[in-house]
Amino acid sequence: MLSNVVASQIQSHKRFGGVVPEIASRHHTENITLIMEQAMAEAEVTFSDLDGLAVTEGPGLVGALLIGVNAAKAAAFAHQLPLYPVHHIAGHIQAARLEREWKYPALALVVSGGHTELVLLHGEGEYEVIGRTRDDAAGEAYDKVARTLGLPYPGGPQVDKLAEEGTEDIALPIAWLEEDSYDFSFSGLKSAVMNTLHNAKQRGEQIEPANVAASFQASVIEVLVEKTKRAAENYQVRQVVLAGGVAANQGLRRAMEKAFTASDVELTIPPFTYCTDNAAMIGAAGHVQWLKGNTAGWELNGVPGLALY
Amino acid sequence: MKILAIDTSTHVMGIALSQGDKLLAEYTTNFKKNHSLRLMPAIHQIMEEVGVSPAELDAVAVAKGPGSYTGVRIGVTTAKTMAWSLGIPVYGISSLQLQARNGKHFPGWICPFSDARRGQIYTGLYRFRDSLLREEEKDRIVLLEDWLSVLKEKNEPVLFLSQDWKKHELGIKGVLKEQAVFADFPDMQPRPGELLVLAGQMPAQEAHTLAPEYTQMAEAEKKWYAAKEGRAHE
Ligand SMILES: [Zn+2]
Repeated sequence: MLSNVVASQIQSHKRFGGVVPEIASRHHTENITLIMEQAMAEAEVTFSDLDGLAVTEGPGLVGALLIGVNAAKAAAFAHQLPLYPVHHIAGHIQAARLEREWKYPALALVVSGGHTELVLLHGEGEYEVIGRTRDDAAGEAYDKVARTLGLPYPGGPQVDKLAEEGTEDIALPIAWLEEDSYDFSFSGLKSAVMNTLHNAKQRGEQIEPANVAASFQASVIEVLVEKTKRAAENYQVRQVVLAGGVAANQGLRRAMEKAFTASDVELTIPPFTYCTDNAAMIGAAGHVQWLKGNTAGWELNGVPGLALY
Repeated sequence: MKILAIDTSTHVMGIALSQGDKLLAEYTTNFKKNHSLRLMPAIHQIMEEVGVSPAELDAVAVAKGPGSYTGVRIGVTTAKTMAWSLGIPVYGISSLQLQARNGKHFPGWICPFSDARRGQIYTGLYRFRDSLLREEEKDRIVLLEDWLSVLKEKNEPVLFLSQDWKKHELGIKGVLKEQAVFADFPDMQPRPGELLVLAGQMPAQEAHTLAPEYTQMAEAEKKWYAAKEGRAHE
C-alpha cells in the first residue's frame, strides 16, 4: 500500500447528529480531486504509472456513490485506463489481504454502521453471503444506544469505551433466530435497552450508563462471536477475518481472539485504518478484480443496493 | 485549442466539442434517463467519432448550476476530474447564463429560469449588450410572484427561456401581460455549444476550485442555522 488518504466528514455531520446524504454529496464533489491528488502525491505516482482505477460501485448512499463513480470514470477515460468496479463489502473483506495472504476456504465477519454479514470465501474473490442482519446493522444499534445514553456522535466507539468501565448486570435478550441460521437481528436488543432505561426513569431509579453499555455490548458480541465460530466449524474454514468499522471495537476484538486462539483457524484483524471506510481496501479489492479481469465499461453507475458478487 | 463542454444540470444532457472557433460536435438528448450512466459513453462516442483523444484537450467547460443537485454534481465531478487529471483548466458556467444564450437575438430582457418547487424558481436577468451576454440581476432562488413584480417594473419585453415554461406560462402572462415573450421550443432547452462561446469570454479556473452553484443551502443546514438562531434569541 503506497498511500491511503481519507477525508472524513464526521466533524461536519456531527452537528446534525448523523450523516446527511445531501451534505455528504456536496463535500465529496468539492474534495474529490484534492484527495486523489494527495493520494498520488504521497505514493509518488503519476497517471502514467497507473494500470487501472478501482472504485466503489455500491452499496451505499446513491449521491455519494455517484461522485466516486463519475470521478473514477472521468480520470480513467482521460488516461484510457481500465476501470475496476468494487463492492464496498468486498473492500472491507479484502482489507485483510493488505496484511496476510488468504487461506481458503475463509470466513469474514463484516460489522459496520451499515452492515452485519457473515461471508464465506471459497476462493479468490468468490464470495457467498451466509448470514446477514434482518433489521438493524450492529453499528446502527450501537449508534442508537449511544444516542439514548446521551453519548456524542459517532456513538459506537463511545459505547465500547464506556462498556470497559461497567458490569454486565442487566439481562438483555439475544436473538439467536432459527437454530441453523447465521442471520442476525439487533432491533429487539436495541428496544430492550431503551425500555430498560425508560422503565427505570418511570420508577425514579438510577441506572449506571456504563452497566447499560457493558450489558448491551456483551449481548452483541456473544451472538456475533458464537455464529462466527459455528460457521467456521461447519464450513471447515482455515481463516477467519474480522472486518468493517466495528472491528475496531476492543470488546469484540478480545472475544474473537479468545474464540480462535485454541483452534487451527487463523484469525486476521486488519489494522484500524483499514477497518473503517477507506480507499486502500477498495484498491485491495480492485486488485482482485484485476486478477480476475473484471473491468467495467463507461456506463458504470453507482448501485445503492448492490449485492455482493 | 480543443475544449470539451458538458451540461447535465437538467434533464437535458448536452456535450459539445470545439476546435478553435469550429464546433466539431454537439450532442443533446432531452429525456428522463440517468446522466451518471449515459454521460461518459456519450463523451467517449463523440470524441472517438471526430478523432480527438482526451490527451488533446486544452480545457473542459461545464454548466455548474443552479439546477438538479445530482445532475449538476455529475457534470461538475466529471469535468473537474477530467481537467485535473489532464492538468488542464476548467470553465464553470452558470446554467442560467447558458440557457440565456438562446436569447441572443432578442433586444430586451432575458429571463432564464427553472422550477425550484414551492412556488420558487432559480432565475437571473440577462441582456445582450454589444453582442455580449451581461448578467443584470444575479442568479438566485426566488418566489416567482416576487420575481414577476421585479420584472414588471422593468417596463420592457422579457424573453422567458425555460424547460418548465408551461407550468408557469399562465402565471407569468397574468402579471406581465404582453411584456412576456416565450421562445420557440428548441430554444427552451440549453445547447451545450453555447458553453464554448461563454468559455471564450471568461477566465478559466483551477479544477480543484470548481464547485456546483446550488444558490441555496441544503435543507439540513437551513434547519441547523435556524435552530442556532433560535437558541441565540433565547
Ligand atoms: Zn463500510
